[in-house]
Amino acid sequence: MTNLPGLYNYWIVIVLMMTGFYVVIARGNLIKKIVGLNIFQTSVFILYISMGKIDGGTAPIIVADTGGAEVVYSNPLPHVLILTAIVVGIATTALGLALIVRIKEAYGTVEEDEIFAKDEQA
Amino acid sequence: MAVGILRLHNLLAVVMLSGIYSLISACLFVTLDAVDVAFTEASVGGGIATVLMLATLGLTTDREKTGKGNLRLVPLAVVTITGAALIYGTLDMPLFGDPTAPIQQHVAPRYIEESPRATGIPNIVTSVLASYRGYDTMGELTVIFTAGIGVVLIMAGRRRRED
Repeated sequence: MTNLPGLYNYWIVIVLMMTGFYVVIARGNLIKKIVGLNIFQTSVFILYISMGKIDGGTAPIIVADTGGAEVVYSNPLPHVLILTAIVVGIATTALGLALIVRIKEAYGTVEEDEIFAKDEQA
Repeated sequence: MAVGILRLHNLLAVVMLSGIYSLISACLFVTLDAVDVAFTEASVGGGIATVLMLATLGLTTDREKTGKGNLRLVPLAVVTITGAALIYGTLDMPLFGDPTAPIQQHVAPRYIEESPRATGIPNIVTSVLASYRGYDTMGELTVIFTAGIGVVLIMAGRRRRED
């Protein structure tokens, strides 16, 4: 229990993640849901990147002339994974937004409850 | 910032806030030594995503329907319980910045020591992305390509109906 302050990075992530989660499940507007999904996504990125951080470390680019000193590099692996994840994330966001545009045309609204109401009538 | 996104009803402001949020997280990545990720987040998250969302707003509407209670209790309860469970789960996690954490012990030291010699690229992130995990990156391109085709098809169907 003495370790508690050292875990603050995870807690920041969890607060962001739950904010995004709340937006996704509690808000009816589809565009806002996508924004919430992005918040959630970024929180996962921060989780990975903060796990790779080492105290006193530097960016994982090899220093040619270290001057004899030992250089500590942060873990490069999470960076690689998250680079991929960011790009895939924007791809899914784009697809979701395109679907929203079509839904708006078909139903005339981007509010979830109004869409359900129109489905009931049909 | 995120709470602002939660409460605002003007979707234009929401999109702007999410762009700023992306930029802030890019700055956070720089301080966490992930400069490559910061570049990508700033350009993709702060740039492309914002443009795409603005385009969507232009094609739909920039007002969220207001009215009815702002706070919904059931989702709030779900979120609180999930968050509490996750925080309980973090109690066993290694400390922030701990060099002896399990994540630092596995293959990362090998990449750091070997990759400059094996690939000749000083930036380890680049060498892992393009060299060690080249197939992975190619698969990523497939995903983007598929998503691009999907967007084009969805939007093309829309134009045909207008005729």
